[in-house]
Amino acid sequence: MTTLAPRRALKETAILRALRSPTGIIAGVWLIALVLMAIFAPILTSYAFDAQNLPGAYAAPSADHWLGTDEFGRDLLTRMMYGARTSLSVSAIAIGISVTAGMILGASAGYFGGRFDRAVTMVVDLTWSFPEILVALMLVAIIGPGVTGTMTAIAVAYLAQFTRLTRAQIMAIKGETYVEASRSLGASDSYIVFHHLIPNALAPVLVSAMLATGDAIILEATLGFFGLGAQPPTPSWGGMMSSGTAQLFKAPWIILFPGLAVAITVIAINLFGDALIRALDIRAKSRGT
Amino acid sequence: MLLDVKDLTVGIGIVEPLSGISFAVDRGEILGLVGESGSGKSLTALAVTGLLPLIGGRITSGSVMFDGTDLARLPETKLRPLRGRRIGFITQNPMTALDPVQRIGPQVDVVARMHLGLSAAAARAKTVDLLTQLRIPEAAVICDAYPHQLSGGMKQRIVIAMALAGDPDLIVADEPTTALDVTVQAQIIHILATLVKERGLALILITHDMGVVAQICDRVAVLYAGRLAEAREVRPLFAAPAHPYTAALIGCIPRAGIEPGALKGIPGTVPGVAQYPTGCRFHPRCPKATEICLTAIPQITPTPGGTVACHHALEVAIV
Repeated sequence: MTTLAPRRALKETAILRALRSPTGIIAGVWLIALVLMAIFAPILTSYAFDAQNLPGAYAAPSADHWLGTDEFGRDLLTRMMYGARTSLSVSAIAIGISVTAGMILGASAGYFGGRFDRAVTMVVDLTWSFPEILVALMLVAIIGPGVTGTMTAIAVAYLAQFTRLTRAQIMAIKGETYVEASRSLGASDSYIVFHHLIPNALAPVLVSAMLATGDAIILEATLGFFGLGAQPPTPSWGGMMSSGTAQLFKAPWIILFPGLAVAITVIAINLFGDALIRALDIRAKSRGT
Repeated sequence: MLLDVKDLTVGIGIVEPLSGISFAVDRGEILGLVGESGSGKSLTALAVTGLLPLIGGRITSGSVMFDGTDLARLPETKLRPLRGRRIGFITQNPMTALDPVQRIGPQVDVVARMHLGLSAAAARAKTVDLLTQLRIPEAAVICDAYPHQLSGGMKQRIVIAMALAGDPDLIVADEPTTALDVTVQAQIIHILATLVKERGLALILITHDMGVVAQICDRVAVLYAGRLAEAREVRPLFAAPAHPYTAALIGCIPRAGIEPGALKGIPGTVPGVAQYPTGCRFHPRCPKATEICLTAIPQITPTPGGTVACHHALEVAIV
């Protein structure tokens, strides 16, 4: 008999354990700070994100404007905080939708198998065979640019990944003895799916969702860069970088800082995801120990 | 008889891995279902619990009379309420028979909540009570543990508790001790035997350990390659095995003080379902096989304390 774990949810302890590793804490602090900045942007800065000041355009970073101003004299730090709102919320919501839909599709395909499974797999593999950016561009072209279009595009672009992962997990788990045992004691299909299969398949899918959120931020910035994301004056990191390209040599800070924000955030998400994988000990769990 | 299986035949696709199996077990009795790996023991268990469709199988003929109803004719919707409520099932490997991400308590509670309609608190009280009966120390604390925190013997008791939680009349235990240490095996076997006597359960114990059978079973059904070799009361079976296969299995029991190298095995292996021999399926490995064994399927005939299917049954019994 080893010591018994205290009464705490599995995911909670895993996140705490992930924060305890050195890379995990650095990445975690950046992500939390970023989210807080996005939420409290109106309190943290005295400028409005769309307040133009043409005489003060192209100002270099200074005490007044910590990160400088853009081509309309708007404060870059302010716009980056508000841009974080767009980038983070669009990516997170899109991945959230994608994971939910992917898990439902993947779990039912993996559990029921047969013709339904083949149909789902075929459609999903069709989107899987293109790079995410192509799928996203095609969808934005159909739906039209803007926040809704970007979200839908990102959600569909990553759907295949979550569907395939969940399906593979479910197919492996449904052959486990404890599923057979549960069924032999009278459990119904829905009980088995919701109480045994999904909880056991959850950890790797959630980590993969975490890592995909990083990719989704890049995808959102890319769409924004092409002018297909959130439309002006709503700031987004991709849109800011796009307007900065014209002044790359005159005012390099306009493109540099949003670019850095994207890069650091994606690295932080990846590092935190790695720490989470170690904390959840996914490989040990998939052995059923 | 609580459970009376008559002439059970199971088909999977075009093959017939199990044919003409008959045995019976009553309340307060233990039936040992023995045979080597691949002889059809687990398949019989699946047939009795109505879980054959899971592996693509079906009962093609015969009957499984359980307390007056024929389970072979019951649709899945009628079978499911019986599973766990009237028929408990103990799976083969306790190491993997518990959900790794759920605590022990809820996994056992759910059986009583589902089948007996108990409230969460009442189900937990019942669980703690059951675990205590199975001699698990600090049962209330164990309820908060995850399966990986328990030893194999502990896990097997939890699995037994799950099978008992619906107050069933019949328990099917599929090799409940194979994955455990020898010392723990004895404890689990003792627990099962006690439960049968105390609660008046009927137990089908699937095993390939003739030693265990000799210790606790009341009746024995010996399966070989999907057919019944011999089904008898335990005493006459061990005193005078009527089927050469039974005799060979008994010869495989290791005993203390046996000469080194004197432990007998049975040469050859159980044939796969596609290679079932003609006539008596045991004839290629049988020391007593004659011409008739190659061509004619032996009929099930009465013998002291039960039945046997062998052309040379009498000769074996005399030896």
